[in-house]
Amino acid sequence: MRVTIWGSRGSIAAPGPETLRYGGNTACVSVTGADATLLVLDAGTGIRRLGASLSRIPPRIDVMLTHLHLDHILGLGFFPPLRTPGCAVHVWGPASATLDLPARLGRYLSPPLFPVFLRDLECDLTLHEVPCPPIRVGEFTIGADLICHPDPTVGYRVASPDGVLAYLTDHEPALGVPDFPASPEWTSGYAIAANADLLIHDAQYDDAEYAVRQGWGHSSLQHALAFAQLAKARHLVPFHLDPAHADDELDRRLRRLIDDRRPDFAVMAGYEGREFVVSQGTVTTNG
Amino acid sequence: MRLMAQKAIEVILARQLASYLGLPVFIVDPDGTLLFYNDPAEAILGERFAETGELPMAAWSTRFRPTDVDGSPLPPEALPLVIALQERRPAHRDLFIEGLDGQRRHIEVTAFPLIGQAGRYLGGVAIFWELSG
Repeated sequence: MRVTIWGSRGSIAAPGPETLRYGGNTACVSVTGADATLLVLDAGTGIRRLGASLSRIPPRIDVMLTHLHLDHILGLGFFPPLRTPGCAVHVWGPASATLDLPARLGRYLSPPLFPVFLRDLECDLTLHEVPCPPIRVGEFTIGADLICHPDPTVGYRVASPDGVLAYLTDHEPALGVPDFPASPEWTSGYAIAANADLLIHDAQYDDAEYAVRQGWGHSSLQHALAFAQLAKARHLVPFHLDPAHADDELDRRLRRLIDDRRPDFAVMAGYEGREFVVSQGTVTTNG
Repeated sequence: MRLMAQKAIEVILARQLASYLGLPVFIVDPDGTLLFYNDPAEAILGERFAETGELPMAAWSTRFRPTDVDGSPLPPEALPLVIALQERRPAHRDLFIEGLDGQRRHIEVTAFPLIGQAGRYLGGVAIFWELSG
């Protein structure tokens, strides 16, 4: 299972000289199986480069949306497979209590926000609502579960014969938990992340920033680490990076956290273009 | 794929909200098993949740000896939370209970079923308050 980060920024794209190394694109991660099955986790602005990297449009692509905040769907209209006749694109995402997924996605993919209607995309589009029973796509089995974030939001657990990836990009498990982390049973996202080989998790803030942004739906780097420890994840990639945090600052924060806490698992920076290969429970990276 | 045991997010958030409220709150799962009650509820029920732990409905529905205003015992099916669970609708009434500290208290209870995303039935919540000291 090859996991590639195409965008790890949260909230809004943040291009500029100060974000060159980590990148400025919003959330998008591709997961490719040994059988060439392609999953796309979220469709932030990073999905444009993923689309441009495809040497050919595969016959089927599954786009797994965690939720429908703009930084996770903004790139959808710029993903070539959606405009390719004959390509089967399956988009998975949460409905709300009052609107189904087509109606919610259609609010973005329609004028005046976008010139093309969802129904006019040339691909063979199928929409699926999550959470739902485990999804089988190629060699992957995917579980989705609602997690703590404003508006319906899911995390995904992608299992393959090579190992398990957990993707919890917008997640605030510490909300209302003064002694975080609580027991696993009472911790949002635990079921998705338990014993994952690779955990990609929200780490937008540090503790001081989190103190004044509680309830915004995101985690501090310290919370991400504590959550990974609770879940017994083997590798952690901090994700959903704050647009105001420059490369050098992100490096400093990560180094300080590792020096202070000395976790018994690897914590690896989640910059654009970084690839992780999960094979037989081990994780290697190109960075 | 079978996910590890974890409460539904709606139940986790209900507990977190309850733990911050000054109003007594009692949360049960779809079978009626007590999952949590908060500090203000402990003051009325007369026992800390940490000591009570999870309790099946048959235990909590009789443990507090509920009666009507005339002192007649109330069967479980007359309790608002049991009605909310069995009929999946809000229910309300006043009644007397005997706390585990032996004190008899006149309380008012409002209960509602906990319906989550996609109509998932996740249990029920009761809020209650003491009418007389």
